[in-house]
Amino acid sequence: MIEKDITSEKTTHETFTQEEYMVMKRDLLRPIQQIGTWGKVWIAFLVAVCLCGVYAYYIQETKSKYVTVSLRDYTMWGVYISNFVFFVALSLIGVLMSAVLKLTNFQWYRPLSRIAEVIAVAAIMLAGISIVAAMGRPDRLYYLVTHGRIQSPIVWDIIVILTYVATSIVLLFIPMIPSMSTCKNHLTNKPKWQMKMYDILSFGWEGTAEQWKILKKSVKILTVLVIPLGVSIHTVTAWLFATTLRSEWDSTNFGAYFVSGAFLLGVAGMVVAVFVIRKAYKLENYLTEMHFDKLGKALVLMSFIYIYFNINEYLVPAYKMSGLHENHLLNLFIGEEAIFYWSVVLFGMLIPASLPLIPSMRKPLPLTIIAVCVVIAAWFKRYLIVIPGLAHPYLPIQDVPDSWRHYSPSLIEMTIVAATFAAMMLIVTLFAKFFPIISVWEVAEGKLEGKDEIINYK
Amino acid sequence: MKKENENSGRRNFLKFGLLAGGATLTGLGLKNTLFASPPETGTKVKVLTADGKMVEVDSSMIAHPSEEKLAEFSIREGIPGKKFIMVIDLARCANARKCVSGCQSMHNLLPPIEFIRVKRMQDTEITAPYWFPQTCYQCDNPPCTKVCPVDATFKRTDGIVAIDSDRCIGCKFCMAACPYSARTFNFGRPEQVAYNEEHAKDLNKCGATKSGTEGTVSKCDFCPDSSAKGILPACVTECPNGVIFFGDEMEDAVTNGEETFRLSELLKKRAGYRQFEELGTKPRVYYLPPVERAFPFEEATEIHNKAE
Repeated sequence: MIEKDITSEKTTHETFTQEEYMVMKRDLLRPIQQIGTWGKVWIAFLVAVCLCGVYAYYIQETKSKYVTVSLRDYTMWGVYISNFVFFVALSLIGVLMSAVLKLTNFQWYRPLSRIAEVIAVAAIMLAGISIVAAMGRPDRLYYLVTHGRIQSPIVWDIIVILTYVATSIVLLFIPMIPSMSTCKNHLTNKPKWQMKMYDILSFGWEGTAEQWKILKKSVKILTVLVIPLGVSIHTVTAWLFATTLRSEWDSTNFGAYFVSGAFLLGVAGMVVAVFVIRKAYKLENYLTEMHFDKLGKALVLMSFIYIYFNINEYLVPAYKMSGLHENHLLNLFIGEEAIFYWSVVLFGMLIPASLPLIPSMRKPLPLTIIAVCVVIAAWFKRYLIVIPGLAHPYLPIQDVPDSWRHYSPSLIEMTIVAATFAAMMLIVTLFAKFFPIISVWEVAEGKLEGKDEIINYK
Repeated sequence: MKKENENSGRRNFLKFGLLAGGATLTGLGLKNTLFASPPETGTKVKVLTADGKMVEVDSSMIAHPSEEKLAEFSIREGIPGKKFIMVIDLARCANARKCVSGCQSMHNLLPPIEFIRVKRMQDTEITAPYWFPQTCYQCDNPPCTKVCPVDATFKRTDGIVAIDSDRCIGCKFCMAACPYSARTFNFGRPEQVAYNEEHAKDLNKCGATKSGTEGTVSKCDFCPDSSAKGILPACVTECPNGVIFFGDEMEDAVTNGEETFRLSELLKKRAGYRQFEELGTKPRVYYLPPVERAFPFEEATEIHNKAE
């Protein structure tokens, strides 16, 4: 039965003209073929920031943390932890922009999926690095394996994050097998090792009907699998907070609230990434205005979902104003953090929920500006979730030095955070230098929508 | 028989009951007798078993839980047969801060790091403020030990929530989980590090919680080494006003070194309460409300922990 199918498919390929396909291939392989001066400057800049981060971490670990880091007993989780939450949230971009769209048959996912997946892999790795930077004794990291307690939410988080990393990497590389074959056959002027790498990673791909079948099937299984995993990583990350008795985190809403925020950040991050990649590699024919239009609409939808969970999270407890929540909530609404809090509400929720409703705001440039606001607000939102509440514990903070009361991240901490951002962009940039950042075959397949599937192109 | 009872009295008698009856594979005396069975002395002693029966055994079967033997406990398991408890009488506290300094010298801490803190509290606008000494509450439902990813902080059988600073990875999740902010992190404050180097020998007087390990969490630990030997914790002995009472819940008695009260009666008579009972943490530290105060409230004029 199956064999019969394969033979019948074999006869129906080549509905796609060879010429069209060659143009597409040339466009999409161009970023790998050559690297401009600006590209080199950009990579050098990112490497420099990363090295600063490595040096800052070296100082932090060799000198007294009381001096290098502004964390104290009350605010014992600082910008590293909020940065960790941000990166875990960002890594859900792969779930939304690749898996969900793919499974719901939105064809415009095709040029976006690989961009989303590589950002997801980079973000989740840097989330891990942020956590290690926050540890008091990173030399004892392996105790988590040798003495791990399954009762602790940290151990749950490590389990789901590692599973997600593994699944995301596999999900990134399996659809890349045909692309690797394309690279192997069409790239010139590349060093021997790079060609060898393409050869190895193409796993002997020949593009037979059977190989396509296996590939499609495994991608589908992984795509389905990655959705619950993605939701779990961020839900468990929310539980790191929600399993404590602190008033600012004591919420049954926290998992859904975090996941909805991550989806909003995912769309915004995607807009920025698409804008930059489109400009840098001149891929306007593939990352079209249509994509910005669709992403703009998605941004509105996700903003409304996020606003809904924010109302649950802040306004419902604020209505009751119970003694336990009062301190923390009033501090956010009208206290020390009020300007900060309301700016995040404005830029992180109200603007993305309203402005992209106007069609002209869904053009590439205006939408990207909105998305940049959302990404920045999303980072500060995590800061507001993690930090201000710690300065308002149940028992008053008294008789301590000033630095114990007010936390503001030290230079070392900010350098390491900046380095995590640089490292994320560096991973994505380098990826685009070595691998097609837009999947050649997926785009080609999309162009054939409604026609018979192309089977044997290399 | 007479001799035995004269010397030991009711306390040892009960202790034996606990040790023998608690059955107790970890129990000290009985375990030895079971495996070594020393020669019988011929003297019979009446003892009370855990289920309330009076039995007569040979005196060789009885091992007295001496101080040395009580001190031989596993740090992770705790002192057998004990359930430490603390009562803080808010009516007596005048913010003398001797508990703070006593604790700091016991644990080799330099200000501003404090395991016991004295806070100014005021319940409502119309009630008088009072001083509120706060230790780790050694909760019976501890939120901190639940979240530890490596079992570095744990609940012992004697009620103490202890920390193994050789295990702690410094994730500070326990600090986030503690609603009382009782825990402190060793960030390696330069003065503290220098002090620890100078006093390397007398570090870790309290056994369970080593406060000198950089990058780990520490906190009030009820001075377990002293408690094992029957010596009161530093905060109790240092207090000039006898504010803090310490004892064993199993003995139903607490003492501040001068006065001893029956725990259950004291809590009932003085309306003892636990901080934030509604959080369900079941603290092992009780407060007696500041009524019929020994001193009028005076604002603290001195700022103690100003230095960074």
